[in-house]
Amino acid sequence: MTLKTTPLNAAHRAMGAKMVDFGGWDMPVNYGSQIDEHHQVRNDCGMFDVCHMRVVDAKGDGVRAFLRYLLANNADKITVPGKALYSAMLRPEGVVIDDLIIYFMTEQWFRIVVNAGTADKDIAWMKEQAATHAPKLTITSRDDLAMVAIQGPNARAKVWQVLPQTKAATEHLVNFQAADCGEYFIARTGYTGEDGFEVMLPKEKVEAFWYDLNKVGVKPIGLGARDTLRLEAGMNLYGQDMDETVGPLESGLAWTVDLKSERDFIGKAALLANPPSKKLVGLLLLDRGVLRGHQKVVTQHGDGEITSGTFSPTLEKSIALARVPNGVAVGDTVQVVIRDKMLAAQVVKYPFARNGKGLI
Amino acid sequence: MSNPTDLKYTASHEWVKTEADGSITIGITDHAQELLGDMVFVEAPAAGRKLKAGEECAVVESVKAAADVYAPVAGEVTAANADLDNAPEAINNEPYTAWIFKMKPDSAADVAALMDAAAYQAHVDSEAH
Repeated sequence: MTLKTTPLNAAHRAMGAKMVDFGGWDMPVNYGSQIDEHHQVRNDCGMFDVCHMRVVDAKGDGVRAFLRYLLANNADKITVPGKALYSAMLRPEGVVIDDLIIYFMTEQWFRIVVNAGTADKDIAWMKEQAATHAPKLTITSRDDLAMVAIQGPNARAKVWQVLPQTKAATEHLVNFQAADCGEYFIARTGYTGEDGFEVMLPKEKVEAFWYDLNKVGVKPIGLGARDTLRLEAGMNLYGQDMDETVGPLESGLAWTVDLKSERDFIGKAALLANPPSKKLVGLLLLDRGVLRGHQKVVTQHGDGEITSGTFSPTLEKSIALARVPNGVAVGDTVQVVIRDKMLAAQVVKYPFARNGKGLI
Repeated sequence: MSNPTDLKYTASHEWVKTEADGSITIGITDHAQELLGDMVFVEAPAAGRKLKAGEECAVVESVKAAADVYAPVAGEVTAANADLDNAPEAINNEPYTAWIFKMKPDSAADVAALMDAAAYQAHVDSEAH
């Protein structure tokens, strides 16, 4: 099978990236030391090729009402133009099709950003639901757009150095808010637990933008560091921490599911009918070793499983997200089965690190 | 980094150095550390453990992944490199100095039969295609 490539493929190779097959995409996993790249983002700033993610525009009268029904989080929470909302999109059975971000631009236009591996099924699902509930809406996959994430305490200043014309429109953005600056759609969002922007722009401009950022000192960061940064920040990864076999409430996403309002949404009845018996917790390994996805977690309340695990460069310890029985509490010590050994881990509240600092 | 010509190599990317007393020192190759990336944990076998050729006996873990290290030949473990407990990154920085464990091989002929540097390089090149 031929791997899909982003418009930055040649740039990655020119910058010395080690390329890997990431869900069918030929993507950079690291350019040099993955740990150095991680610290670069926590302490200064770095840039990520996220062109494989998909931008979708939902346009037309009634788009807010449609999203209010389509998503587990409540689109009515965002009323200031540009404001963003993180949500799960569920099947009627209450399982997670994908997690995504919606941006409220106007009452006729919401922008949606979905994961790469799920984009086609997401769009098919949205169109199917729209056909029944909002036939006049148009749902358009913006395959003409590229996306770069610039993250870290100095990220915004670097973007303004390269795109000074966008500064006036973006310097007052609060966290989780975007501005439409013509060709550049700039959002104060990200997947690292650091300040920064995600910039959507025409595909044909992205390579020049990437090199311009590099010229002002922004280093490229691979998917390896992206994963350790997001895990430290306590952010779920679709396909690992949740998928179509689990619901949002057992995936640490209860804060994004609005069950209290009268609003109906796809999956709500199933969530109310089936309260979860498991939950997602953070783990900190007390013994030496590295926690990894799918390792078994043994607790007093029954077994659980690690969904994502890694070595945390910020804490210099191994950390994980794990799905465990509800009775497990923060502060408990549990055992993780690693190869032929049982290693002790402590249940902790996550995030593990954000804004340049460890939180454990 | 080129592979030192005074070492022997395995298809599973260990390097093997024969010491003056006939014992062998084992580590992983530059190619292997390059594939794995930043090392964060090494678990070496305990001295006294008897190993069969090709037996899984150590684990190296990078941020990205865990990889098994195999006994290049049959023999008995004589030492593990405790320095790697606190500095696993030495494998990235000095792959041919940062040894993982030492063995007393059952047979010097088994060691002599391992790949030389040129054969190992050909093996790496063939895996890349």
